[in-house]
Amino acid sequence: MSAELLALDLRALSGALAAGRVSSREATEAALSRIEATDGRVGAFLRVTAERARADAAAADERAARGARRGPLDGIPLAVKDLFLTEGVETTAGSRILEGYRPPYDATAVARLRAAGAVLLGKLNLDEFAMGSSNENSAFKPCRNPWDLARTPGGSSGGSAAAVAARQAWGTLGTDTGGSIREPASFCGVVGVKPTYGRVSRYGVVAFASSLDQVGPLARTVGDAALLLQAVAGHDERDMTSSTLPAGDYLARLEEGAAGLRIGVPREWFGGGLEPGVEARVREALARYEKLGARLVEVSLPHSRYAVAAYYLIAPAEASSNLARYDGVRYGLRAAARGLGEMYAGTRASGFGPEPKRRIMLGTYALSAGYYDAYYLRAQKVRTLIRRDFDRAFEACDVVAGPVAPTVAFRLGEKLSDPLQMYLADVYTISANLAALPGLSVPCGLHPAERMPVGLQLVGRPFDEATLLRAARALEREQGPPPAPPEAR
Amino acid sequence: MPLADFDVVLGLEVHAQLLTRSKIFCGCSTAFGAEPNAHTCPVCLALPGALPWLNREVVEMAVRAGLALGCAIQPTSVFARKNYFYPDLPKGYQISQYERPICLGGAVEFDLGGEERRVRLTRIHMEEDAGKNLHDLAADGSSGVDLNRAGVPLLEIVSEPELRSVDEAVEYLKALRAVLVALGVNDGNLEEGSFRCDANVSVKPRGAARLGQRCEIKNMNSFRFLRQAVEFEVRRQVEVIEAGGKVEQETRLFDPARGETRAMRSKEEAHDYRYFPEPDLPPVRVDPALVAAARAALPELPRARARRYQERLGLPAADAGLIAGEPEVARFFDAALEASGKGAEAARRIANWLNGDVARLANESGLAPRDWRLSPGALAELVGLIEAGTVGGPGAKQVLEECFRSGASPAAVVREKGLAQVSDAAAIDAVVERVLAASPAEVERYRAGNAKLLGFFVGQVMKEMKGKGNPAVVNAAVKKKLGGP
Repeated sequence: MSAELLALDLRALSGALAAGRVSSREATEAALSRIEATDGRVGAFLRVTAERARADAAAADERAARGARRGPLDGIPLAVKDLFLTEGVETTAGSRILEGYRPPYDATAVARLRAAGAVLLGKLNLDEFAMGSSNENSAFKPCRNPWDLARTPGGSSGGSAAAVAARQAWGTLGTDTGGSIREPASFCGVVGVKPTYGRVSRYGVVAFASSLDQVGPLARTVGDAALLLQAVAGHDERDMTSSTLPAGDYLARLEEGAAGLRIGVPREWFGGGLEPGVEARVREALARYEKLGARLVEVSLPHSRYAVAAYYLIAPAEASSNLARYDGVRYGLRAAARGLGEMYAGTRASGFGPEPKRRIMLGTYALSAGYYDAYYLRAQKVRTLIRRDFDRAFEACDVVAGPVAPTVAFRLGEKLSDPLQMYLADVYTISANLAALPGLSVPCGLHPAERMPVGLQLVGRPFDEATLLRAARALEREQGPPPAPPEAR
Repeated sequence: MPLADFDVVLGLEVHAQLLTRSKIFCGCSTAFGAEPNAHTCPVCLALPGALPWLNREVVEMAVRAGLALGCAIQPTSVFARKNYFYPDLPKGYQISQYERPICLGGAVEFDLGGEERRVRLTRIHMEEDAGKNLHDLAADGSSGVDLNRAGVPLLEIVSEPELRSVDEAVEYLKALRAVLVALGVNDGNLEEGSFRCDANVSVKPRGAARLGQRCEIKNMNSFRFLRQAVEFEVRRQVEVIEAGGKVEQETRLFDPARGETRAMRSKEEAHDYRYFPEPDLPPVRVDPALVAAARAALPELPRARARRYQERLGLPAADAGLIAGEPEVARFFDAALEASGKGAEAARRIANWLNGDVARLANESGLAPRDWRLSPGALAELVGLIEAGTVGGPGAKQVLEECFRSGASPAAVVREKGLAQVSDAAAIDAVVERVLAASPAEVERYRAGNAKLLGFFVGQVMKEMKGKGNPAVVNAAVKKKLGGP
């Protein structure tokens, strides 16, 4: 029973729940057993809230019995990145500085999942404060790739991708500041969507870089991701940067295929640095689109070569300010000290890991008097140019397609000593964040030699997630059911 | 060079708390005086994940203030983060405005020694207040933080360095305060800190074009302290220059106990606030329709009001300025005048009482007009009683004191305390006869030509009558009984 249940994707489980063929309790127990059996190796969860999940499942079953199911997510076991605040449940952002912190409120996205009846299994591993591309910056434990335990799941939403790949949860929420949903989704062979900036509320999500952070779903299929996005998207008055445009209907036209779609292929994304095995799979996916009746159009994103440089000024600058609140005064870690200065220094020195410290220093420097114009302001100008590149590209195409990352998942420790190499893992994803555009990663096969998943990245027009999802679904259907990772077999 | 050979140059930065019910970026109350941290929530405590949410009313009040001061309201303005660490600043940054404030330009107009002055404003911007650190809470000397004030909206109003004396600075502040209070955007309370001011002070040799090095002076919570602080600072800077030294740019704190300013941090120690645009808040767009509506709804401002009092009611400039300069007093004055149902004559009497005995009683009691027990109607009634001769000057003073204390009606006080003026000729004649009989020597001298003694007899009669005699009747009676000198 349990194995059969786990083999269902989210929408199939939802159908079974709706038909009364299975209960939320059964699904929840299956997930909890699966976590129990696999997470010692994978490390996707920082915290499993089993008792709470069981209570949520019982409540969902009770609603189902009354004929009062709240909708397709009612009773579905999900989990969220430990960057989302969860009322009464420890939320750490993967950092020692927040260890033991129990927030008094739910993030808006979490509250929306709860309101939809979802069962929350626990909190997922991540790079500290979402800073990283391998999940190795977690202050608590590494997370491993269910396809190969020697490799990273990507980051920063490593736990969110690994949990889906290992079939520990039917869907998860992550956040994406420079690729933190798409890169791990690509590495773990799952679907990951970074919506348009402003599509999903950031309220209650520990901030990394406020002008770039965006919440999005990870799931086994495009349809599952669309369903999750539908549940969390939409304006929130508590986040003034959330859009007042109504959320689209992400499922209505999902199956309409790719015929007639103009797919832009940016020549800059296929240059040096792209690993040939990854390129082969991406080109294969593009060929499939042609076969499906889409037209490939060459486009140019000339300023994307400056994306990483601009990103590593803007994101650290905002982070240096966002992380100032962790000062030992009101919550979280407080170092024993004799005076105020000592308390600040001691708390932050012992509470933050090396990567947040590195970025706080970078950002503080970039914003300093006399450097602001040369760094932060200039980076913002680059950002405008990158957005213009996309605007021009979208005159000729409906979506832009290319690789998510230059390589498949790398091994733990491989890039840890070279931050710059690590930063380059996001070379293709960062542009969408800088341009505030929606992007996703959809699996497009395994690397011919390494037998690791490769993701295709699609980037769309602002708030046109529906077209992105439709295009991704067309490819997914054409490819047939993807293989499951060893850890999920 | 002596002090007189230097020009003083002052610029003022005023922080005025806005009278919104809720804070600038959350729904918490702005009420003063609650238990520490009673008015806090995830946003103003800066919990992880919390985001600011702009209170529209703050923008509306900023627009109103900007229009009243003749500023150019910016269609788009931008919030910025001012980054520094301090326990009373929960986010580790203050949300303020920097490169693109909501108001540019404008001016504050006031009178100085009968001359009209107009001091230009650089800008007005919106920002949030910080909390308060509380020290020595327990025997171990530990400190706490009260964040009730964190997130209370402020307007920062920055003048050009155009003020030339401390007198001018005080008049500038009084005029600015009166405008903000009249608009209903600020309560004008210096002591509680809802209207605060920092001063940039510099001196230069008389007539020199180039400004001297400035120092910023903080912590002056009354006009008196401002005066002391600036006077001290000017002397200090002149002494530094006289001694062949150079004034260093620094921030100095006024110590009210010693009447001095003290160096707080030097230019080298100055914070680098690392300003950048606040990414959690979209730019503030002010709709031209909102500006037009706000302009149309502006109340009469203090200077216009003072002009009206002079031109229509004939009040002397000084009296008109005093009343109009305190919007609450002005409202009281208008209400009293209306209750009196009379014109200019009553207006002058009401104004005299307001600026005289009422002001004295208000000062002694420390009560703001809204807390007075005396109603505008009561003051009008009292003035009516005086005009009708029902109560005389000395009696009226007593009546006012009683009304101010208890809120009773003047007519009732006159009745109950027997303060009615006596105008009855027979009764007065009887007293006059008694007084003259008791002072035969003085009567002799008067009749012998010492006319000045008339006042003595009138005084004696009034004394006998406990001040209630109608002065005109008493005067006439005394003259009649004495016969011509």
